[in-house]
Amino acid sequence: MSANGGNKETLLDIRGMEVHFETRRGIARAVNEVDLTLYKGERFGLVGESGSGKTTLILALLRMIKTPGFIAAGSATLDDGTDLLKLNREEIRRVRLKRVAMVPQGAMNSLNPVMRIGDQLMLTIREHAEDGEIPDKHTQLKQVEELFYRVGLKPAVARLYPHELSGGMKQRACIAQAISLNPQLILADEPTSALDVVVQRQIMQTLRKLQNELDATVLLVGHDMGLMAQFAERVGIMYGGKLVEVGPVENIFHNPQHPYTQLLISSIPNFEIKGEFRGIPGVGLSLLDPPTGCLFHPRCPKAIDRCKSVEPQLKEVAADQLVSCLLHEEDQHAPAS
Amino acid sequence: MPPLLEARNIRKVYHGGGQLFGGEVSETVACNDFSLSIDADNPTFTTIAGESGSGKTTIARMLLGVLDPSGGEVLYQGQDVRDLKKDGQQRFRQDVQAIFQDPFEVYNPFYKIDHILTTPIYKFGLAASKTEAYEKIQEALRTVGLRPEETLGRYPHQLSGGQRQRITIARALLLKPKLIIADEPVSMVDASLRATILAGLHTLYKDFGISFIYITHDLTTAYQVSENIIILFHGAVAEAGSTEKVIKDPQHPYTRELIQSIPVPVPGSGWIEEDIEEKEVEDPDAEVHTSGCPYALRCPAAMDKCQVPPPFFRTEGERAVSCFLYEESPVLQGNDLHEVFRERDR
Amino acid sequence: MLAAGICMILLVVLFGALGPIFVDTDKAQPLATTPRQEPSWEHPFGTDDAGRDLLAVMIVGVPLTMRIGLLAGTVGMSLGVFLGFTSGYMGGKIDTVIRGTVDTLLTVPGLVVLVSIASTIREEISVNIMALVVASLAWMWPTRTIRSQVLTMRERAYVQMAKLNGMNNGEIIWKELFPNLLPYLAANFTNAVNWAILSSVGLEALGLGPQNDPTLGMTIYWAITFSALIRGMWWWWAIPIFFIALIFVGLLLIAAGLDELANPKQRKAV
Repeated sequence: MSANGGNKETLLDIRGMEVHFETRRGIARAVNEVDLTLYKGERFGLVGESGSGKTTLILALLRMIKTPGFIAAGSATLDDGTDLLKLNREEIRRVRLKRVAMVPQGAMNSLNPVMRIGDQLMLTIREHAEDGEIPDKHTQLKQVEELFYRVGLKPAVARLYPHELSGGMKQRACIAQAISLNPQLILADEPTSALDVVVQRQIMQTLRKLQNELDATVLLVGHDMGLMAQFAERVGIMYGGKLVEVGPVENIFHNPQHPYTQLLISSIPNFEIKGEFRGIPGVGLSLLDPPTGCLFHPRCPKAIDRCKSVEPQLKEVAADQLVSCLLHEEDQHAPAS
Repeated sequence: MPPLLEARNIRKVYHGGGQLFGGEVSETVACNDFSLSIDADNPTFTTIAGESGSGKTTIARMLLGVLDPSGGEVLYQGQDVRDLKKDGQQRFRQDVQAIFQDPFEVYNPFYKIDHILTTPIYKFGLAASKTEAYEKIQEALRTVGLRPEETLGRYPHQLSGGQRQRITIARALLLKPKLIIADEPVSMVDASLRATILAGLHTLYKDFGISFIYITHDLTTAYQVSENIIILFHGAVAEAGSTEKVIKDPQHPYTRELIQSIPVPVPGSGWIEEDIEEKEVEDPDAEVHTSGCPYALRCPAAMDKCQVPPPFFRTEGERAVSCFLYEESPVLQGNDLHEVFRERDR
Repeated sequence: MLAAGICMILLVVLFGALGPIFVDTDKAQPLATTPRQEPSWEHPFGTDDAGRDLLAVMIVGVPLTMRIGLLAGTVGMSLGVFLGFTSGYMGGKIDTVIRGTVDTLLTVPGLVVLVSIASTIREEISVNIMALVVASLAWMWPTRTIRSQVLTMRERAYVQMAKLNGMNNGEIIWKELFPNLLPYLAANFTNAVNWAILSSVGLEALGLGPQNDPTLGMTIYWAITFSALIRGMWWWWAIPIFFIALIFVGLLLIAAGLDELANPKQRKAV
């Protein structure tokens, strides 16, 4: 069922991305030398806890980072050579929605509260029309109707205002807006975290169906491991701004290589074991006062002396699986633990 | 000996719409006929689970006495909480404590975190001197796994979410309560820390004999930490009983739908491929205004008789289901769900 | 912004405080010196029709006007704080009564009320009475705005927590809500003072002020009465207006600066 079995064309190549936040107490490296490749038509899950940099990363791709944050270095190149991080304001505006779209966490951030849903979608369509080719009202309406159908909204919703919709319907409207121009890449930032478990499943199924239809790439950002396991084909784990492990979803869940990933997987509560509580020891790191060497070493049960001073790099340890850990740099012939 | 805390047929109804000069008055039933008792001598760990709009937070607030029920009463040691006099109130507040969801909002940003710990000691006269007070505070902080020198004297924004939440638990402990009502205590805390905090709560239950009412929407953590569970749907109880039974073998159609919808952390389980039967409903989380079973509109097994609210059928020793599918079983007497609960093993 | 505003007001205050050291305030009385003089070295602000040296007048008048503003502002705010907190926090019947009263009173045009009060006690108006007259209206708006602030704060989680910690209503209002509102209240107070000064100037310009005190407003009144505009005695009315404008802008800047402080830049952990 692996979608990247044959078709492994690269859609987005992120190299050396650095996003910094300037504070009075120093510079926080919210995204720290991240290299990541996204393939066409795949479902990628980006996992991390608060402060991991996962949301900052996608905001940076859409150039939505506000001061005191700024993109310090790196590139994010699309398949046609366009570097998202180097575009100017006008160019980025054209890229948004047409090629890269976002489904935000809270609908408040993307739906205009004083506009009817239908009108908002039509406005989006008009604003992004190729110059001079604004479709007539009738065509716009038809497009909106079709979008509604695809995301599972009844046509009557077009007349409603955001506050008249339930959480699930608002998210569907956000998805409709995100796919309205058939983007190649959809960035979904915890789109279902505020929703009921039953509604969440429906929305994720809709998202998956749409992704198939558009043959688009979906980058799902979140911290719900269960959701990642069910939705993603490949998963990346972020910690303290760094990408510490990437691999196919089965590998990550059944054979995690990075100690952090291992702890994360084992801390997931499930219906098999009752009464056993396994967390990750220690306190989360402070981006303003990060540990030296490997960011995870203070909390790592497998840390060795070198971990305090040497920063590990992402290395391939198995088919398609990359890990950033000195234990793997040391003995690459040793069996994966 | 009357139970420590008892909710007797409490309801909460909100009236919206109607203004001074006419207009349609709409009624939302946030909670409909809920009964539960907690015994001081037999501690229990009970989850009240439900999605948003299920009424779980409303029930929590009524149990804490900060919200007045529209019908029914909440009794503390046999007395209505609304009628308590000054020292009755004091004892109530000491015996029944709370932990909230947002570990940031509960702190007044004007004060250091010490404020939230010193205030109850002062107001409830728990220490004779400042030294004694700080001793107690330090002990409480250590019990929840925090280091006093790293936490006292700081402002809320200087600490992490996990630390702040643990401080609120320390606060609750200072009063040596018999019952702690925890409203989504870990949903705003990082996943890696959740297990630790839940383990802490579990220890308080097992070792200190503190009863818990754990309010959440997350059934997996409920399964981990809780012995009993009550499933709420739009203000009414769908199913209740031991967590083991209810979650592993759900009987109410809603509970079944809930369990099935949870994404399991095992890749390739078919969660997303499976075509779930979408009944022709406007919207799963729309408001429900009905006099019968609130789930009937969505229920694949709905029958005509579901227009009437079903009573609790006790399908086995540790379970009660509010669904006509089980009308063969005996009806639970008196509506007190306490009957089907497990207590702490000694 | 805050800094600029404070500077301006400080300037004005110093002017009034230190002025008498340099200038003989007796010159603020009528017939003190030659009338109708243009500004010159001897009379930097000129003199008016009755022979008052306007520099002296300003030195005496500016503190008077500010005093009116301060007094009215303080009385108004105190009442406003008390009523606003009570109404907002207690809710229920108390709230309905207070809010209803304020809303109704607010619909009555303030100037009309002030004029009717002022003209009724015309004969014995002193500076302090003036302040009280203005204060009679100054409390309404603060009550309203403070009430709405309290309404939002009332539902905050830390208020719930305070209740669970055993605090009673009074303690909650004073210890939990009040400190958080301080910058807001300061901004409000500044606005109240500003409003009070302008209202008093307005009344005085109509002649409804203390007849024997050379407040800024009264100076303007005399200037108008004696047709200073037509007669080209620009210094008579322009200079008081300059001071009024300076005070107004200064207080406005302070209020805006405080407002900025009051909007909490949530200092969250990174």
